Amino acid sequence: MRAGNTFVGAAFALLAGGMAHSALAQDIKIGEINSYSLLPAFTEPYRKGWQLAVEEINAAGGINGKKLVVISKDDGGKPADAQTAANELVSSEGVAMLTGTFLSNIGLAVSDFANQKKVFFLAAEPLTDAVTWSKGNKYTFRLRPSNYMQAAMLVEAASKLPAKRWATIAPNYEYGQSAVAVFKKLMSEKRPDIQWVDEQWPPQGKIDAGPVVQAVAAANPEAILNVTFGADLVKLVREGNTRGLFKGREVVSFLTGEPEYLDPLKEETPEGWIVTGYPWYSIKTPEHDAFLKAYQAKYNDYPRLGSIVGYQTIKSAAAILAKAGSTDPEKLIAAAEGLSMPSPFGEITFRKIDHQSTLGAYLGKTALKDGKGVMVDSVYKKGGDYLPSDAEVAKLRPKD
Amino acid sequence: MAFYVVQFLTGLASAASLFLVASGLSIIFGVTRIVNFAHGAFYMIGAYIAFTLTERLSGTFGFWGGIVMAALAVAVIGVIVEMVLLRRIYHAPELFQLLATFGLTLMVEDLVVLIWGPDDLVGRRAPGFRGAIDFFGQHIPSYDLFLIALSPVVLGVLWLLFQRTRWGVLVRAATQDRDMVAALGVNQKWLFTSVFAVGVFLAAVGGALQIPRDAVHHAMDLRIIVEVFVVVVIGGLGSIIGAFVAAVLVSELNAFGILIFPKISIILVFLVMAAVLIVRPWGLFGKPEAPARKTPGLTVNPWRPLTSNERLAALAALIVAATLPLFAGNYALTVGSEIAIFVIFAVSLHFLMSVGGLASFGHAAYFGLGAYGVAFLAKMAGLPMIVCLLLGPLLGCMGAAVFGFFAVQLSGVYFAMLTLAFAQIVWSIAFQWVSVTGGDNGILGVWPEKWAASPSNFYWLSLGVAALVTIALRAMVFSPFGYALRGTRDSALRSEAVGINVKRMQWTAFVIAGTTAGIGGALFAYLKGSVFPDNLGISLSVDALVMVLLGGVETVSGGVIGAIVYKALNIWLISQTDLSKLVLGGFIVLIVVVFPKGIVGMLEMLAQRRGKASPPGSPLLAKPIESAE
Repeated sequence: MRAGNTFVGAAFALLAGGMAHSALAQDIKIGEINSYSLLPAFTEPYRKGWQLAVEEINAAGGINGKKLVVISKDDGGKPADAQTAANELVSSEGVAMLTGTFLSNIGLAVSDFANQKKVFFLAAEPLTDAVTWSKGNKYTFRLRPSNYMQAAMLVEAASKLPAKRWATIAPNYEYGQSAVAVFKKLMSEKRPDIQWVDEQWPPQGKIDAGPVVQAVAAANPEAILNVTFGADLVKLVREGNTRGLFKGREVVSFLTGEPEYLDPLKEETPEGWIVTGYPWYSIKTPEHDAFLKAYQAKYNDYPRLGSIVGYQTIKSAAAILAKAGSTDPEKLIAAAEGLSMPSPFGEITFRKIDHQSTLGAYLGKTALKDGKGVMVDSVYKKGGDYLPSDAEVAKLRPKD
Repeated sequence: MAFYVVQFLTGLASAASLFLVASGLSIIFGVTRIVNFAHGAFYMIGAYIAFTLTERLSGTFGFWGGIVMAALAVAVIGVIVEMVLLRRIYHAPELFQLLATFGLTLMVEDLVVLIWGPDDLVGRRAPGFRGAIDFFGQHIPSYDLFLIALSPVVLGVLWLLFQRTRWGVLVRAATQDRDMVAALGVNQKWLFTSVFAVGVFLAAVGGALQIPRDAVHHAMDLRIIVEVFVVVVIGGLGSIIGAFVAAVLVSELNAFGILIFPKISIILVFLVMAAVLIVRPWGLFGKPEAPARKTPGLTVNPWRPLTSNERLAALAALIVAATLPLFAGNYALTVGSEIAIFVIFAVSLHFLMSVGGLASFGHAAYFGLGAYGVAFLAKMAGLPMIVCLLLGPLLGCMGAAVFGFFAVQLSGVYFAMLTLAFAQIVWSIAFQWVSVTGGDNGILGVWPEKWAASPSNFYWLSLGVAALVTIALRAMVFSPFGYALRGTRDSALRSEAVGINVKRMQWTAFVIAGTTAGIGGALFAYLKGSVFPDNLGISLSVDALVMVLLGGVETVSGGVIGAIVYKALNIWLISQTDLSKLVLGGFIVLIVVVFPKGIVGMLEMLAQRRGKASPPGSPLLAKPIESAE
């Protein structure tokens, strides 16, 4: 045990060393957490996005004259590690607020931490409805359109299809489960005549695509709802193409229009899927043009949806901090509730009632162009139009 | 009907890719007894290199040539790894090589992102196998047919290799009894290297052949490694035919299982493995292992209780640790609490592994059960924190009692894999039973009461419990129970001969270890304020193994040091760099080479050497210690 002594000492010396590099006192610090090592395909563009935002904010004079500093931590894809990182950011870096997170369970873990430690938290990416509704709390806000909102956008288009027999394919975890549940509920409300003939729940990241495609085809649906993404989507699409699953069937698919998931498909991109996504190449608004130009000038690369999320997360955080004129969490909450601000997708508002932003998404169809997957006929759907009534939201959310 | 035929063929195609990788693992394990955690990493590198080559080289020849060249290149990497790294540690304690291959896997996961970038890569389809064949209105991809045909060919070639060549005879002999092969004068070094190369080659072929149907990405290795282990174990270690049958069994059960239970995939392989191992403890085609003839390295360096000086030093260390709140901030204290909790977790597994000789690959199950126990009691029954902390670990205890009963009927790697199967079953229950456990969104809001809420108080609580647990387990090592347990570890046959009920001893040890892990989990729930299925997951089980191996299996309390070093380093690295896996993996590999007995094991050996080198008298001093032993 004699050695133990030295090791304890060394361990804590290492930890203490981590605290040394804090910024100057008059800077405003934001603590940012994301799954950088686990999900680099999404988080790399995301990081580029928020770095661009920081640069723009500081070039324009910072926040009420103070320099904005973002301290970023990796969570390795584990809720427990995300909490350790959150704790470091709050306790030893003294950040004014927490932002970020990708996976729903990590978003919830950090939001619970924020609630317990009374810290302002702006969730960037986690899609689960629980973040703002069933497990919502007053310290947590969320930027991206939730599962419910994306489902509602897709249902609007899907309910116009003639198809009556539907099958679903979704990853077997909370995101997939709640996406299917909301889609089914909203769809059955609009179209009581449709039947749900099959559902497949491959494990996330481990789809055995051949049997899944066969099983869905055997149920002979007229339309398919897909919620898989990433590598699972690639496998599903490849098997589906070879086995003719998508031939003569309508497919409605969550997130597939995002460049992160659409681009890897290349010439295998299935045509005519109704998807939510981000067609950066066909958005012609002055706000987006400005963003696109700045992004391409800085990185010599095109933006993914992650870039938009990262960029707007820090822009929103800065707007909240500027309006509050303080880093007191209660004042930040007061400032954020009902705050409107510009974004590359147009004006967005953080709703007072559930702390959800009204950022929307593009709805369109997939197509093949020059051997690459693109979204065509895309229309921007404002997030605010796809949320339930205030009375319903009030019922979903626990009282603060 | 046509549908069922096609579904069957689809299952066979899935089995083919599984079999290729599994056969390699099985051969490597059979001969070298290395639990090659890096097998998935070789599979992944195979896919990445094949992607690059098939994109560069054009035409039919370019594609197939690229796949073969990729597999050969990876085999060369495998040979280098074997010669540079693994050769150094064949004589290390059992399972220590797992640590080295685990370190490699961590490094590879970051390296492929550095080399090939973060995006998912989709390679081209195989020339000549792009389309599908129509079978009574059902489509069968021609590439699937190719894979279905390939696996019996590979099986046949391996069979010829093993039955008809001298090399194969040696490999089979070594699989059965490698000490005897060595005694007969076979050059083990080159036998091991060649076996490793063949195994890695098969893994890389398996990975490269995924290009036309999968996306190449940096998490491919984890996706396959556990499943492949399971297949190898179901088939019986070292049995190629067993691996083939098991791959087919698992894939077909999955292909048809999802028609009835669409959510079955997540747990199916583990259910099959648990069922097979309970009925056939050595897998379908495996043979019972001969009782071990090992003369444990322990006899060289017998365990003894701490001398009074060492006790004082340990106490001093504890006091120093207890003064941390006087000068450290809240973050350091919370990290300190986390490390203390992982010390509890590591010593519990260390007790099972080093004293009981039972390596569990699923120890996180009991840690997580303790955490869920607390969460249920606190959130549903609303009990006070003290009561939760006392009762929560009982869930871990009950889990260990039930699973341990079945697990201790087995030994060695079969035991390890059955514990893994049980852990995965518990994990999938926590993951799927959303109405009770909240699924992967977990249970939130399990925060400590006021008296323990401040970081310093919680730190003292964790430190106190960790110290008590460590002392209690040490005391148990030197109790009559501990001696009996060590007897069962060193020779099960002799222990039985002197009237020790081996299974009951091991079962008791398992329950003790599980309950202790549950105590750690209970504290962890309060530290984090939430419980997630992660707390029961494979990666946490692997963390615990790594901590124990890092500290040193052949020591009394190596787990303490292993936990402190690994956890502190892990937290620090993940906070400092996005490449934490690369650095941590590199560090582990380095430690494996420098400290082949683990950190504490090596320090003890050095201390002992110094003792031997010192003037006479020391042998005399050593004697009473040995007799105390």
